[in-house]
Amino acid sequence: MSLGLLLVQALNGLQFGVLLFLVAAGLTLVFGVMDFINLAHGVQYMLGAYLGASLAAMTGSFWLALLLALPAALALGLLLEWLVFRHLYDRDHLSQVLATFGVILFLNQAVRAIWGSAPLQMPVPALLEGGIALMPGLQYPIYRLAILAAGLLTAALLWLLVERTRVGALVRAGASNAAMVAALGVDIRRLFMLVFGFGAMLAGFAGVMAAPVLSVDPGMGDSVLILAFVVIVIGGIGSVRGAFLAALLVGLIETLGRSLLPDLLRLVMAASPARQAGAAIGSMLVYIAMALILAVRPRGLFPVRG
Amino acid sequence: MAESILEVQGLRKRFGALTVTDDVSFAVAPGGIHAVIGPNGAGKTTLIHQLSGTLRPDAGSIRFAGQEVTGMGLARRARLGLARSFQITCVLPGFSVLENAALAVQARSGSSFRFLRAAADERALNEEAMAALDAVGLGARAAALAGALSHGEKRQLELAIALAMQPRLLLLDEPLAGAGPEETERLIGILRGLKRSYTILLVEHDMQAVFALAHRISVLVYGKVIATDTPDAIRADPAVRAAYLGEDEVA
Amino acid sequence: MRAALLVLAALAAAPFLGFGEGYVLTLLARAMILAMAAVSLWLLVGGAGLISLGHAAMLGIGAYAVVVLDDARITEAAVVVPVAMMAAGLFALATGAVAIRTSGVHFIMITLAFGQMAFFTTASLAAYGGDDGYTLYGRTTVLGHRWLEDRLVFHYLCLGLLALSLLGGRVLLDSRFGRVLRAAAENPVRVQAVGFSPYPYRLLAYGIAGAVAGLAGVLLANAAEFVAPSYLAWQRSGDLLFMVILGGLGSLQGAVLGALAFVLLEEWLGHLTQHWRLIFGPLLVLSVLFLRGGLVGLLRRG
Repeated sequence: MSLGLLLVQALNGLQFGVLLFLVAAGLTLVFGVMDFINLAHGVQYMLGAYLGASLAAMTGSFWLALLLALPAALALGLLLEWLVFRHLYDRDHLSQVLATFGVILFLNQAVRAIWGSAPLQMPVPALLEGGIALMPGLQYPIYRLAILAAGLLTAALLWLLVERTRVGALVRAGASNAAMVAALGVDIRRLFMLVFGFGAMLAGFAGVMAAPVLSVDPGMGDSVLILAFVVIVIGGIGSVRGAFLAALLVGLIETLGRSLLPDLLRLVMAASPARQAGAAIGSMLVYIAMALILAVRPRGLFPVRG
Repeated sequence: MAESILEVQGLRKRFGALTVTDDVSFAVAPGGIHAVIGPNGAGKTTLIHQLSGTLRPDAGSIRFAGQEVTGMGLARRARLGLARSFQITCVLPGFSVLENAALAVQARSGSSFRFLRAAADERALNEEAMAALDAVGLGARAAALAGALSHGEKRQLELAIALAMQPRLLLLDEPLAGAGPEETERLIGILRGLKRSYTILLVEHDMQAVFALAHRISVLVYGKVIATDTPDAIRADPAVRAAYLGEDEVA
Repeated sequence: MRAALLVLAALAAAPFLGFGEGYVLTLLARAMILAMAAVSLWLLVGGAGLISLGHAAMLGIGAYAVVVLDDARITEAAVVVPVAMMAAGLFALATGAVAIRTSGVHFIMITLAFGQMAFFTTASLAAYGGDDGYTLYGRTTVLGHRWLEDRLVFHYLCLGLLALSLLGGRVLLDSRFGRVLRAAAENPVRVQAVGFSPYPYRLLAYGIAGAVAGLAGVLLANAAEFVAPSYLAWQRSGDLLFMVILGGLGSLQGAVLGALAFVLLEEWLGHLTQHWRLIFGPLLVLSVLFLRGGLVGLLRRG
């Protein structure tokens, strides 16, 4: 394992981490403010990717597709909120889990019915094509660096929004005590819708950005959803800062673990069993890390509520 | 005097800048009712939480029945014989009244890692539970669902559950809170009966009840115990009068 | 338990009422096996108040125990069944030790994550087919006899084990252990205040439920003579949870009713259209919104 390859994998890990963060941020805010557990948040990411890919194919422009996909993702998020989710805010978590699970079943199947089961492709925009030399002889795709930059920029903007604005203050207050905020005369339903739509848009944004580098297929929302859950559990539910750090951590562990472990194990065992054991342990690594962190801190790294 | 059943030494708890329990020390001797009184915001609830083990003090020690219990949680203290009742009633609404009490009997009668025999058919458990219900006058309601009881009856059930534990100390958290005049009379009658056979630490807001029942009183003001003495001495204590009783009519 | 007894009796009579053809028996076996898994999940959700979204992993681990032993040419039930139940039970104990320290929505997410961990692990087992799954050489044998290959024997085995798990669950919930479990689900503070720490009771219940699901996994592997990582997919855990809720948390028998209704509905919709989930998903949402109390509640009211 060369240093160059390690660098590439670390960058891949960070890039995956910021995508995870964009999904997890909406999830953790929605849960924090509304005490609402939304399994269907992953499908927002999937819908973003599908919308991006088909709009790009239609318009021939990545940028136009991105511009159109964001409001579309927002609209779909608000539609779901209006149709289903708002009827679940005062129900128990079990009902929320099941009803949003039903939404996933429907939307995954709807995507299959509309776009088919085969993965979709979305071309990288011409502006960001090609690679950049990290080290002599080591090229890294510019587009992936752009994802990383866009993710970090969004995280910074989100941080400003939550920490420095009035709406952000309400969201933070809502996360620690929703009843109090309602008692202060804030229209909590409006706040919910705002947070919800915003979270849906962030996930959709992550989906559009991921579309050119990942395969766009009907199951893509589910896998990212579960990792996003791991992220917010590790970070502390309701904490945007926790979600950010945990997302980078999970992104790195997931990527480095899967790629490095088989090589590391080859140092102590034969190649074939090393590959197998490495793959098996690599895929467990994120969850083992979660278990270890929770064993020490059951409420995550940055618990919002006592 | 016999050795104390409960000894609190230098207990301290802060929430941020606010010191809610400030160097509290007192001892409860076996037998009778020792009351802790204090105006609202004196820190009674925080003190109860620390005594029962649901809140860890920042400093100080709690000894119960000759054993250091400061670091123990609610369940372990309960197993040592410290029974508490709750100000906001805390019963199992979906269980019958009898089963609420039987669960407490079960906790001290052998292992509960038994998987075959139906617990509801264990006569020994049911008989002791029934005795506890009778002791608080709730025997006739044994078959009712606890969730269907009136407010006063739930308070009685709280007491019965605590009695069913056969505790060495009963820690009662404002048992009269929210009770109407008739219910209060009935509960005072029950407490008067209990003080003959149990040691009770009564944290209570109702002054008349406290002076009628307790043989010893600690006065808590702004997190500090300013006096611990007999009711008569407390009544006469100028510090107590100044800090607390002055604003309240005292019999 | 009357509804459950009626259903069990109907299942016992089914092969003699014109439902003896292979296709129907296969469907019924699947329903009974999932019902058994649902009963074990009901013990957690309805009994202990632990909402697990990772129960399919227990089922799948039981099934993969059959695979691993089958690959080593061990098919004897006296070995396979205890190994499968222990594997699933130990996985439940190990992951439960962490998960049960938390509560509420944390518990849901953590069980989901551990389930996903098991899923990815089985998918990476190249020796056992990886993603593609593994076809068994043969069904489990009993004392060397290949009885399980007979459809009727298998039907009644599934029925018997389902009845046994239902009975066992009832006895467990009524026991001292079950009483502590149910009480801790209703009000954990009350239970602590009389001297119980809920943790060991919950953990053991989690292990028991895992082991029972593992047994169901053995049957599932035998029914299909094939095992794949998809058995452990988190959607299967969601399905199991839906069966439990569809049946109702009011009574243990709800798990059986829910599982049967689920499998039959899935089968029926699957015949109607390839995109049956377009109907199934909204049905699930509607049943959560409007069918409070589940089928058991419906029967009681009706």
